Amino acid sequence: MSALLPPSERIWGNHPLDKVEGTWIAIALVWCLFMFFMMPYWHVFGKQNYAGEAYRTTPAVYSAKVEKMVEAHTVRKETALDIPVVRPPAGSDVYLAGRLWSWYPALELEKDQTYRLHISSLDWQHGFSLQPINVNAQVVPGYEMVLTITPDKSGEYTIICNEFCGALHHTMMGKIYVVDR
Amino acid sequence: MSELFRTCPRSGLVFHKAAESLIKFNAVTAVVFLAVGGVLGLLVVMTRWPAVHLLSADLFYQVLTGHGIIMLLVWIIFFEMAVLYFCSSTLLRCRLATPRFAWLGYVLMLGGAAITGVAILQGGSSVMMTSYVPMPAAPHFYLGLILFAVGALIGCFVFLGTLVVAKNERTYEGSIPLVTFGALTACIIAIFTIASGAIILIPTFLWSVGYISNIDPLMYRVIWWAMGHSSQQINVAAHVSVWYAIAAIVFGARPMSERVSRGAFLLYILFLQLASAHHILVDPGVGTEWKIFNTSYAMYLAVLASMVHGLTVPGSIEVAQREKGYTNGMFEWLRKAPWGNPVFSGMFISLVGFGFLGGITGVVMGTEQINLIIHNTIYVPGHFHPTVVLGTTLAFMALCYFLVPVLFRRELFLPGLAKWQTYLFGGGTALMSLFMMGAGTLGVARRHWDMAFSGAPFSFEFGGAAYMMMGLTGIFGVISVIGGAAFVIVIVGTILLGKKIEDKSEYSTARPAVLPMAPPAPANTGTGFIAPGTFALAVVFLATFVVYYFLNWMYLSSVWPMK
Ligand code: HEM
Ligand SMILES: [Cu+2]
Repeated sequence: MSALLPPSERIWGNHPLDKVEGTWIAIALVWCLFMFFMMPYWHVFGKQNYAGEAYRTTPAVYSAKVEKMVEAHTVRKETALDIPVVRPPAGSDVYLAGRLWSWYPALELEKDQTYRLHISSLDWQHGFSLQPINVNAQVVPGYEMVLTITPDKSGEYTIICNEFCGALHHTMMGKIYVVDR
Repeated sequence: MSELFRTCPRSGLVFHKAAESLIKFNAVTAVVFLAVGGVLGLLVVMTRWPAVHLLSADLFYQVLTGHGIIMLLVWIIFFEMAVLYFCSSTLLRCRLATPRFAWLGYVLMLGGAAITGVAILQGGSSVMMTSYVPMPAAPHFYLGLILFAVGALIGCFVFLGTLVVAKNERTYEGSIPLVTFGALTACIIAIFTIASGAIILIPTFLWSVGYISNIDPLMYRVIWWAMGHSSQQINVAAHVSVWYAIAAIVFGARPMSERVSRGAFLLYILFLQLASAHHILVDPGVGTEWKIFNTSYAMYLAVLASMVHGLTVPGSIEVAQREKGYTNGMFEWLRKAPWGNPVFSGMFISLVGFGFLGGITGVVMGTEQINLIIHNTIYVPGHFHPTVVLGTTLAFMALCYFLVPVLFRRELFLPGLAKWQTYLFGGGTALMSLFMMGAGTLGVARRHWDMAFSGAPFSFEFGGAAYMMMGLTGIFGVISVIGGAAFVIVIVGTILLGKKIEDKSEYSTARPAVLPMAPPAPANTGTGFIAPGTFALAVVFLATFVVYYFLNWMYLSSVWPMK
């Protein structure tokens, strides 16, 4: 029962190791290093990254940016709540707000165009979760995240909230329509 | 001063009376909370089971908050206190340092848990265990957590104090045993954890009563996870120590190499505090270099340590079994293991479940870019139930099957049920987790009452596969709860109704004999390839790991380009 007893060598650092252990440590270390370098590699050569672009903001400032975009580029309104659908120019900055309990506004983007999608919260934390492709990000009030996206398939995408944000969290929903030019 | 000790004739363990009572109280309290948390788990999983959808939304979020806190904090940490006292006082045959402080710690933990529990019951604190600001909870929600943490901190210092006493009073020869070394690792990580907890929870408490006007939500997340993540590393260090202990208890296994096993624990101390960033990989405003360095525990050195323990624990069992003559082929040692003994089966399922399900998925979803397709989906609880339920909880259950009869001097109640319990609980939890991961890959959210989104302004429907996975999550979740209930029945039954063991081990004031060093390993070991079966299993593990890792990169590469 020697895991429960003091080791037989006074200096445990001298206890020899078996080939099984040595070999496994070597293999495992190589795999660990490989996985480590995979991350910077993907930043350079991969297409799906979040480079960390973000700015400090406040709900009031951010809300004003959203409203400005909504006024300039709304193309139609949807649902009984008259939710504006905004079609910003290709390549432009797009502002999405999470708030209790909706994603505002709905967006219409062109396929294969690149947009700078800003995301922030006007109140509590929310979870941006884009379905069905299942891309997720944490949305934190006071911080404006910029994710530069290039939707490469047209169709209807849904944003749900996957950070718990109170009583009606499960009804929080928004839309991104990706259309062919 | 006369300290009372008794020697258990069956196990040879030496119990200091004060430590023995503390171990009993902490362990039993833990099991009671496990039972409560299990009932809440049942309610949670029956609500996430779409065909059942048991609770209302408000109640679901309230119950889920309770489930997370009671399970992750209260059950686990009470039990860890018992493990710390066992690994110091009992294993070192030493009197426990300052039992009164240990009791104070116990009372603070119990009081703290009760206060937070009341806050959750009152309904104004359904904020989930993470209590992300600025969503407010009642002040006493945080206060209870703070008291609980202070109590646990006292327990850590009692453990350290006992190590010092043991050294000064020379109750053992040479260095401390490996299992105690592992417990020391857990204790050191715990102190760091509780310090981070204090740094974030005290200001949050002051904010909730109005003394501080604003807590930065991103700073909260960074520091909260320095606590929340490290506390999982306490669990890992603790349950790995329990694995080593059980290998020694059941097989008389000795560590393959003290240097390797202890070196791996040292890597935990050095690197486990990192990795908290894997909770904030897709947060705004956190630098990429730091994310990569931190999420990988500085190049995955702590992952390396876990992979080492994952080899050396079964490897030491293999060596012990081969010495007993189970030398046929690669796997006779494993086939002939005592699969009907829940102490062993619980430990082995814990090891395999932790490695294959918890470990692999943890590293994969903690990869910076892959986190984009997993963050906050129900994949996340699908990952951490294998770590904290299969890994930690099941290892602790296995230890209980050994320790409770020894401590309470009673035979195990319903041993036939105990024999099946580990399989029922382990199997149920493993499958529940697998299906949660499946559903998470399809986008189903965690902490979410309604995957049909009724009442939302737009509509969205998950496909049939996602519904099926959540249904299976429900079914296997119920099986897991039945397995958990079986454990509670066996343990509570043993304590209250188990047949008394007349072992004539009286307490006496005589000083116990000094704990001797282990006999040296037989000369023929330490040269060849002594555990080929374990190595083969390790290679299977690595192959699974590699395949699953690249599958996720492939999946990631199919989504919209973004940067
Ligand atoms: C006994 C059987 C158990 C079942 C059926 C169960 C079920 C679940 C389910 C379905 C969730 C996810 C709910 C959601 O996010 O919507 C969950 C969350 C959780 N479970 Fe369990 N669980 C069990 C045992 C445990 C144990 C033993 C622990 C800890 C040792 C634990 C810790 C947690 C934690 C920390 C959460 C996350 C809570 C949150 O998101 O804030 N569970 N459980
Ligand atoms: Cu939300």
